Amino acid sequence: MNHYSENWLLKVEGLTKIYGKSNVRSIENTGPLFDSNICPETGAIIACADINFELFPGEVLGIVGESGSGKSTIVKMLYFDMEHSAGCVSFHKAPYIGKNILNESNQSKRAIRNHLMGMVYQNPRDGLNFKFTSGGNIAEKLIMAGNYHVGTIREKATHLLEKTEVPVLRLDDLPAHFSGGMQQRVQISKAIANHPPLLFLDEVTTGLDVSVQAKVLDLIRELQQELGIAMMVVSHDLSVIRMLTDRTLVMKNGRIVEQGLTDQILQDPQHPYTQLLVSSIL
Amino acid sequence: MIEQNKFATQYRFAFIDEATKREIRRKLLKAIAIPGYQVPYSSPEMPIARGWGTGGLHVTLAIIGPNDIFKIIDQGSDASVNACNLRNFVHTMTGVETTLDTQKATIIQTRHRITEEVLKANQIFVYQVPQPEPLRSVERYENKTRQMHGEADYAKMWVSLYEQYVRHGDIMLGAGYPVKVNDRYIMAPSPIPRWDIPNLHNSEAIHLFGAGREKRLYAVPPYTKVAPLEFEDVKFHIEDFKGKPCFRTGYKKAFLDELYYDDGSKHYVINDSNFLDKLVNKETPIQHENAYLNKLPHESL
Amino acid sequence: MGYFAVKGGADAIENSLALLDFYRLKEASSPLEINQIVSQLRIAVGKIMSEGSLYAPEYAAIAIKQAEGDLLEAAFIIRAFRTTLERRFVSETLNTREMFVRRKISASFREIPGGQILGPSMDYSQRILDVKKAIETKESIADLLKAFEGKIDKENLAEITFHDKVIDILNKDGLLQKADQKEDRRLLDITREAIRFPAPRSARLQMMARAETGALMSMGYSSMRGFGSVHPTVGELRYGMVPVRIKDPRGRIRYIGSIEVTEAEMITETKKTNEAGVALFSIGYGLCFGQNDTKVICMGILDTTLRNPDPSLPANDQEFVLYHSEGIEAMGFTNHLKLPHYVTFQSSLHNVREAVERNK
Repeated sequence: MNHYSENWLLKVEGLTKIYGKSNVRSIENTGPLFDSNICPETGAIIACADINFELFPGEVLGIVGESGSGKSTIVKMLYFDMEHSAGCVSFHKAPYIGKNILNESNQSKRAIRNHLMGMVYQNPRDGLNFKFTSGGNIAEKLIMAGNYHVGTIREKATHLLEKTEVPVLRLDDLPAHFSGGMQQRVQISKAIANHPPLLFLDEVTTGLDVSVQAKVLDLIRELQQELGIAMMVVSHDLSVIRMLTDRTLVMKNGRIVEQGLTDQILQDPQHPYTQLLVSSIL
Repeated sequence: MIEQNKFATQYRFAFIDEATKREIRRKLLKAIAIPGYQVPYSSPEMPIARGWGTGGLHVTLAIIGPNDIFKIIDQGSDASVNACNLRNFVHTMTGVETTLDTQKATIIQTRHRITEEVLKANQIFVYQVPQPEPLRSVERYENKTRQMHGEADYAKMWVSLYEQYVRHGDIMLGAGYPVKVNDRYIMAPSPIPRWDIPNLHNSEAIHLFGAGREKRLYAVPPYTKVAPLEFEDVKFHIEDFKGKPCFRTGYKKAFLDELYYDDGSKHYVINDSNFLDKLVNKETPIQHENAYLNKLPHESL
Repeated sequence: MGYFAVKGGADAIENSLALLDFYRLKEASSPLEINQIVSQLRIAVGKIMSEGSLYAPEYAAIAIKQAEGDLLEAAFIIRAFRTTLERRFVSETLNTREMFVRRKISASFREIPGGQILGPSMDYSQRILDVKKAIETKESIADLLKAFEGKIDKENLAEITFHDKVIDILNKDGLLQKADQKEDRRLLDITREAIRFPAPRSARLQMMARAETGALMSMGYSSMRGFGSVHPTVGELRYGMVPVRIKDPRGRIRYIGSIEVTEAEMITETKKTNEAGVALFSIGYGLCFGQNDTKVICMGILDTTLRNPDPSLPANDQEFVLYHSEGIEAMGFTNHLKLPHYVTFQSSLHNVREAVERNK
């Protein structure tokens, strides 16, 4: 899909992640045509390769695929949780305009994560510090953005918990004692605490009860509409993709096999793998 | 077999060999150039146990000269047994004049207190430090705390203070309250009471910190900004003795020790032994002044 | 020069030191001789040399006598003494293949080049308290030594033979893991600079070589018991005398004497693979002064575990193992709790009292 407009928020080019020793043929000998991520000559694992896409402000982009497709790997690299093997990521936010943020210093990356990005992980233990209260977790973000007034911090944290429908009385409780759904809500509060323009959601409802899932998804959709945040939603579940996203990337064996408007992909999938996925929605 | 004269070694001036003294001094210069930054150093073994003042000794012995006048206190007292032992060691190794008088001393080595009497520009204050890493309570790995300091990533520290406030209604840190030095590094001021913390700020003297066991040196040069970590609405405050007077002098505006006697009675006395002696002798030592002292309620002064 | 003796503290110290001597000597029928300690408490002397990180049996013996047998204190005394000594040379690299072997065993193979030599070891003795040791006399000692010499046929002494190390066998067959190219191979001197983490292997091995035996033992043990992932075999353990050489000012290599060392090479199957994807053996190395099987075995175990960091296992955690096995620092800091802390405590008192007030 070609976008000729240049007002993207995030542009990803040639993003690649390889484990182990690869050679010049590793990428061309793996992928959906080979039904494999493993280089036949060196044994290297091509988790993803040649990933190109753009994300526009306020847009919700889905990435769907089975496990091993590389979808989580992409988001991990964009959030700097994982080192990239190759690629360029451009973020249209000062002062990073024109730079490849993958090559920024640790300090810059931390600043980007604090102010311009939010991340909600599948496992709340990855996104929350269980030694701190739910308020303390949100406070961490607010403090990193320069808030040193406890009263204001607590006010903002309370407000965020309200927004994510976590009982405000739990502000000073430890997340270890919360249900899975509530832990995810606290994670979401923390992720949007500094009003970032971009939010990553990595399989955030996988592992939750179906009814709880529905509620969390509703919440995410409401927040997105209210705050206009651009989101990247990673899921293996097409119904989550259908509910939340405007456009979708379909991934198999580390490559994008199809991308387009979510509605179109669901109604009229072109690639055989997409067709398989769509036909197996219950 | 060992000959008799093998043991007749004359220890050189200040015990430590010249190359090591030079290394310590170079590292101290670096520490002074980067206020609050922990500089690693070789920390050679001493005949004093680790954890009992080897770091403070390293600093003192590296900088002391034959014309210096040396004072050493432990928990504010010149008479403390460990202070006596270390004073004896320094004197034996250098022949330098020793004193109890805060004003007379040019080098003062301390364990866990700053003197009540103000410090002047010709004085060097040397701290014995058990744990130089202020972030150790929130991060156990040296690897990670080093990175946190390098990137000024102090969020975890601040959140732990927030959590204390939430749990207890105030920040519960006692002695060794963390400070931010020169608006850059968070520093462990050694376990001095809150009472003493404000006297690091904008001091005329040089403050040198030696952590022998952990092998780090750091410093606060004169006229440096030293600010205790506090929120805009949860402020740092010093201990308030609520108007209890020193039972020997009636003086209230000093850090006091609590004493319990056999008959069950409780008395307070000024902790700083030399300051106490001067007041008892009707002298008028000049005390450290700071904004936090003036914030105490009237009856406490 | 003015020295202000503060009466209270100084007197207490003086009396305390006098008491030390008194308790040590009040029932001394005759002084303990240094050469008796060197020869008859050989293992303790070796331990003090190893932990004091100074090869000097007589000084170690003096320290043991001075500390009345407190081996933590004695090691500390030797460390402090070491700082006063000038370092004049750095020796040539010790080659333990030149060891004049007194003891050499392997658990990995039934027969090894040169054979399994038990040497002087308690391993197969029965630990039954030998009360006869209480009535040894000069005569019984002389008899014992004479009987032992009688066993040696001075006319037909065996040839001194040289043998490969067990790891050489494995190496020849291509079974040994090569050193990882990514591993930090700097040679640091831990007595000259503060080590920062992650520490290179040279620093880790140096720290363990002078670590407190009990601490290393407890962590090696934890690794074997389930808090660990390593299942080692003793590839080879040797004890004997190794020659020490230095380069003189004219550049000639000179032999200056031999030192007792114990060395262990622990073999583990590693999860890491070579280029062909085969899991090979890796060697965990241990070396220390004196005769000390426990220390070198545990050092070898920990050498391997520390090369495989795992935050869930204490023995695989560099900072945990290396900081806390340093005997002199650990002893100093744990004991420093005896120092007065009443001012520090006063600060806490204030906080707690205020918290109580707030809750009223």
